[in-house]
Amino acid sequence: MPADNLVEIKDLDFAYDDRPILNGISMQIPRGKVVAIMGGSGCGKTTLLRLIGGQLKPSRGDVLVDGRSVPRLKDDELYALRRRMGMLFQFGALFTDISVFDNVAYQMREHTDLPEELIRDMVLMKLNAVGLRGAHQLMPAELSGGMARRVALARAIALDPMLIMYDEPFAGLDPISLGVIGQLIRKLNDALGATTIMVTHDIQESLLIVDYIYFMSDGKVVALGTPDEIRASRHPFVHQFVFAEADGPVPFHYPAPPLAHELLGKGARP
Amino acid sequence: MSKRESGPGPLLSTIASIGHHVTDALQRLGFASRFFVMLLLCSGQSFRRPNLTIREIYYSGFQSLLIIMVSGLFIGMVLGMQGYETLQRYGSADALGILVALSLVRELGPVVAALLFASRAGSSITAEIGLMKATEQLTAMDMMAVNPIARVVAPRFWGGVISMPLLAALFSATGVFGGYLIGVVFIGVDDGAFWSQMQASVDFRYDIWSGIVKSFVFGVAVSLIAVFEGYDALPTAEGVSSSIKSTVVKSALAILALDFVLTSFMFREAG
Repeated sequence: MPADNLVEIKDLDFAYDDRPILNGISMQIPRGKVVAIMGGSGCGKTTLLRLIGGQLKPSRGDVLVDGRSVPRLKDDELYALRRRMGMLFQFGALFTDISVFDNVAYQMREHTDLPEELIRDMVLMKLNAVGLRGAHQLMPAELSGGMARRVALARAIALDPMLIMYDEPFAGLDPISLGVIGQLIRKLNDALGATTIMVTHDIQESLLIVDYIYFMSDGKVVALGTPDEIRASRHPFVHQFVFAEADGPVPFHYPAPPLAHELLGKGARP
Repeated sequence: MSKRESGPGPLLSTIASIGHHVTDALQRLGFASRFFVMLLLCSGQSFRRPNLTIREIYYSGFQSLLIIMVSGLFIGMVLGMQGYETLQRYGSADALGILVALSLVRELGPVVAALLFASRAGSSITAEIGLMKATEQLTAMDMMAVNPIARVVAPRFWGGVISMPLLAALFSATGVFGGYLIGVVFIGVDDGAFWSQMQASVDFRYDIWSGIVKSFVFGVAVSLIAVFEGYDALPTAEGVSSSIKSTVVKSALAILALDFVLTSFMFREAG
């Protein structure tokens, strides 16, 4: 990977109470690229995004964004950094009491003194980029899942961020919306000259649009590479993921004592 | 199974369970205190944008007007009937104005208005903040470099604190009118005696001021409980519903306990 990294994660540990989530994980996200982070549910992908955004603090290790250590930033420095980040949440997290237009205008009004006419033009441009200029007067409750995701995308890029993070951008979308969101992620990244980190399960869509993929399991990186390298990989974890096999390194069963023990009353009773 | 493996006895379990509840409660109290300090520190940002607080005064104060004024009117009318019934036995029906006004201004106005405010506005504040948390709107706001305590919590808190004394005053005023309606218009107590005795006996510095102080304290307590329960809600449907219930129950208990404490201080001062 190129040396010019916008985000660097160094030997990071994180635990919720006593439950370890990340174990000495390291990653580099090169500037200007679209990088996917994949892994089974509960492997710590979303936690990683929250650590990059400074919403959680690691118990060990460091997260550097644009050369600055996120866990060591003071509140006002962290907020200054976040103004240059955009994040799309899994279910959009649109503000339900204001319209689509006001959702996209929210950050512009909060962080700038721009006149309302200019904000209007900028909001309409952002909505046009996601194909929803005509829906600017609607309320979030009137949108379909795919439309809400696109509005959230327009909101995430409202201030032309240097880093855009997506938490499961494809979850629960129909195939057409899924393709539209995938193409938008790629095009917006290139048009804005931004860097994108995308946490997702959707391997097939990701292989079409990303530059690099990281595979995570048990709080560690187990494989990484370009889409071509991933397609050709013989790594058992990657193979299981790419071909959607039910069993493999990611087990079908949640850890439990042997079934025979349980049925014969030798295991722990629930 | 050996005795060693059987775990602690029932006495130890009970003590452990009590200890667990006490430490839990203390931890939550500590978190609530930190939250209150954060809220106060972030209030400056909210005051610089008064529109946010004015909007909340509209939602929690203005929109509670109907229930507050209708309740005040009925309570005043009941006081008029009950007061007249008792006073006329001692030939003091003319003192009806004093009884109605003092009961309302000192006690019923602040207390009942605060109880109604907690169930009408407090519960909706908790539900709104709790649902914003459950749908990640607060997290999204934080990621957009907008402090949710300054932008969402503080305006709702101050909106409640400012609305509460005004609502209590309106409650008392409509209550006095209700008492007048029953006592003077329907029963026939002397109009002049009703108002002049009230004017002579209700002291601004003692009676009215103590009512204002009480309603302000209740406003702080109810608004703080409402915003904290919403902010601290578990981000699930059950969690939000449980927080709304907590807001109503804790607010009612806080109002009644604080009323007792404040009244005892005020009596001592008067003495």
